[in-house]
Amino acid sequence: MAEIKKTFPIKGMYCASCVRVLEKSLSRVEGISNCVVNLTTETASVTYDPKKVTDNDLVSAVANVGYKAGLESELKTEDQQKIEKEKELKDLRNKVIISLFLGALILWGSFPGLMNIAPLFLINSWVQLLLAIPVQFWAGWEFYRATIPALRHRTANMDTLVAIGTTVAFSYSAVVTIFPQLVESIGVKPEPYFDVSTIIIGLILLGRYFEAKAKAGTSEAIKKLIGLQAKTARVVRNGSEVDIPIDQVVIGDTIRVRPGEKISVDGEILEGQSSIDESMVTGESIPVDKVKGDLVIGATINKTGTFLYKATKVGADTMLSQIIKLVQEAQASKAPIQRLADLISSYFVPVVLILAIATFVVWYVIGPAPSFLYGLLNMVAVLIIACPCAMGLATPTAIMVGTGIGANKGILIKDAQSLETAHKINTVIFDKTGTLTKGKPEVTDVVPFVIARRNATKQSSKSRLPRELKFARNDVLVLAASLEKGSEHSLAEAIVNKAEQEALNFSKVEAFKAIPGHGVEGIVDGRKVVLGNRKLLEKNDVDFTPIIRIIEQLENEGKTVMMLTVDGKLAGLIAVADTIKETAKEGVEALYKKGIEVVMITGDNQRTANAIAKKLGIKRVLAEVLPDQKEAEVKKIQTEGKKVAMVGDGINDAPALAAADVGIAMGTGTDVAIESAGITLINKDLTSVVSAIELSKKTMRTIKLNLFWAFGYNIILIPVAMGALYPFFHILLNPIFASVAMASSSISVVSNSLLLKRVKL
Amino acid sequence: MSIDKVLVIIFGLIGVIFTYWFFLMKKEKEVEAVGEVDIKVSGGYSPEVISVPLGKTTRINFLRTDPTDCLSEVVLGDFKIKRQLPLNEKVTVEITPQKAGAFGYSCAMNMYHGKIIVK
Repeated sequence: MAEIKKTFPIKGMYCASCVRVLEKSLSRVEGISNCVVNLTTETASVTYDPKKVTDNDLVSAVANVGYKAGLESELKTEDQQKIEKEKELKDLRNKVIISLFLGALILWGSFPGLMNIAPLFLINSWVQLLLAIPVQFWAGWEFYRATIPALRHRTANMDTLVAIGTTVAFSYSAVVTIFPQLVESIGVKPEPYFDVSTIIIGLILLGRYFEAKAKAGTSEAIKKLIGLQAKTARVVRNGSEVDIPIDQVVIGDTIRVRPGEKISVDGEILEGQSSIDESMVTGESIPVDKVKGDLVIGATINKTGTFLYKATKVGADTMLSQIIKLVQEAQASKAPIQRLADLISSYFVPVVLILAIATFVVWYVIGPAPSFLYGLLNMVAVLIIACPCAMGLATPTAIMVGTGIGANKGILIKDAQSLETAHKINTVIFDKTGTLTKGKPEVTDVVPFVIARRNATKQSSKSRLPRELKFARNDVLVLAASLEKGSEHSLAEAIVNKAEQEALNFSKVEAFKAIPGHGVEGIVDGRKVVLGNRKLLEKNDVDFTPIIRIIEQLENEGKTVMMLTVDGKLAGLIAVADTIKETAKEGVEALYKKGIEVVMITGDNQRTANAIAKKLGIKRVLAEVLPDQKEAEVKKIQTEGKKVAMVGDGINDAPALAAADVGIAMGTGTDVAIESAGITLINKDLTSVVSAIELSKKTMRTIKLNLFWAFGYNIILIPVAMGALYPFFHILLNPIFASVAMASSSISVVSNSLLLKRVKL
Repeated sequence: MSIDKVLVIIFGLIGVIFTYWFFLMKKEKEVEAVGEVDIKVSGGYSPEVISVPLGKTTRINFLRTDPTDCLSEVVLGDFKIKRQLPLNEKVTVEITPQKAGAFGYSCAMNMYHGKIIVK
């Protein structure tokens, strides 16, 4: 069996001697023929016989000399992370239950009204102190654990506020319990507030628990994409078919796919045909029929036939891997709207600390008696209610959900900036060829002369035609296709394809001649046959005026008309046109319905362009625009004050795409990372242009609502916690209620982002 | 005004000034990264400010030793990079900046901040 090469990370390497030790250990394993360890990349590359060497052998060889081989598969790592996350959540849940239980007992023994029916021991301050200690220093340890190193860095975060707030409440209560006379001596009734410190910790941890659960939902889309990857491939090697792990498939491998199986990597069909469900990767809902020579995409599902295909892209180059990378990058990118939140959050915690100090001072100096207690409790309320987390979560969670929804629908958004800009788009420019149309000419009309003349003159001319010119439709197509078989022109290909599709037999052509810019000619069955445009017929002195009306009519429809003559007499005509994509009309209509202007840009002449635009209902047409002028046209429209999206194939029109406010590329083949485009539509569906704009609008609405809530919450409730309403309404915020509000603010922001999932595109 | 109130005002003012100075007036030493730099993630990022050369690839090795959940993810938004930082495991990110300037990075919740200066 052939040897395979595997590269895997090594953990714990520090110096060049580690390299030597590891290479020596790995080389000793029987079946390994070559081994290179790289210190810079911290990886080992081994070539070995998979029959003799297993992953366990490699792991053992590395572990034997004190290092760790990162040979766990991606899935295993994911699982490991999931288990760790679940364990953390379980620990958190236990802390919440215990804190709230102990807090409730303390509250029962200290809250006026409740304490009358409480068991006597719960009213005892010493018992309350004992109950509060585990909450403060076990459940609440994570606040200290985050605060201490942060203070060493002279930074502060939400944990700092909670740690200081609860420590103040706990310490004061402890002093009241241990030295009640000391508190009495300053004129304050010695009442502990252990209920405040414990319940705050319990509720904030409860908020964190729900927040963690909700946050996991924001990254569902990317997890789903990663989960799509096939695990194995059935590869034909040395004449036999073997199932091998996906990471061992190499370019050029021949892979067998049976009905119902997942296609492992990208490739090209060598043999067989099938219908393939690509919805999970491209968002295209209808299965696509594929034959020999067609491209197949890894992670899609083979529905009906069995086929063999050649792997053309493996590993990180497959379409799915590119999509995952693109979505991950988009989710990591920053939306411009986030900048303000970034700026504020960098000053937020120190400002809240300053406000808390000021609150205590003001209440102590001018507050009513007992001013010390008022000052203390309001200061704690300020520290607890401030919530910088909501501001930090407002934008990224919405971007994560928004880009994830897009990816599931075949709309790949490159970065948060594109997503943000797209909601302002009020003009969409479509490139014609290859975007609105298929970009491949097709025969639309084959009209024998007899029909053409009858239609043109609106009278029966059958009797007046010479017998030899009464060609049938198929005769016209066969003669034209037979001639064009020798030509390389794109129109010729369309005619030949049409004849092949109709299973017509070609005639033998002699003395074939292509006349550039005019047409072709040759001898078929001893007769001179010419196929060409008006110029060629004029050159050959053939009168086509009897059918000029029908020619003009076809040309007005945007079609290219070629006439066929046999021995100098008109036999018929063939019209060829680039056909409109199925979703083009619907896509254009949807944009108009949203009040977005649609412009078509093309290099075609005005008449052809108008004909296509009319069919699609497009009112503004920019015709006869050379490829290098498209960028300038985009800029010209931008100077009209329009926010422009340019939709193209991303290849010929890359500068125009880059010049637009948002470049939208129609996916071609299996390349998804189109540099010039901010958005790539891999589902090739033109209605997705309006969907992308809608998605952007909905995401931006969510972000704005999140930011409004996050800022509004802090702007309104911090002054309330400071006691701003007290002089007017005698309203103060109990620190326990402050912790309820604080815990719910982050959850509400994350939940609002998750609501985006309900968006229908 | 009683003496205790005067004392509270004085200590309050000292507290405000100290808080401002402690958190908002710190000067972070800029560390020049030549090809590679190690950043320790514990209560923030050390070094917090690094300078990297324009157009050249720099490897940034993050090592998180602080179990705070907030720090478990690092986001270099301007470079479209977001990485999980498993505890006590070195995570390397590579950047090849194409634009000069100062670019911030932070934890996923935007609580802890660092800066990359591209020169």
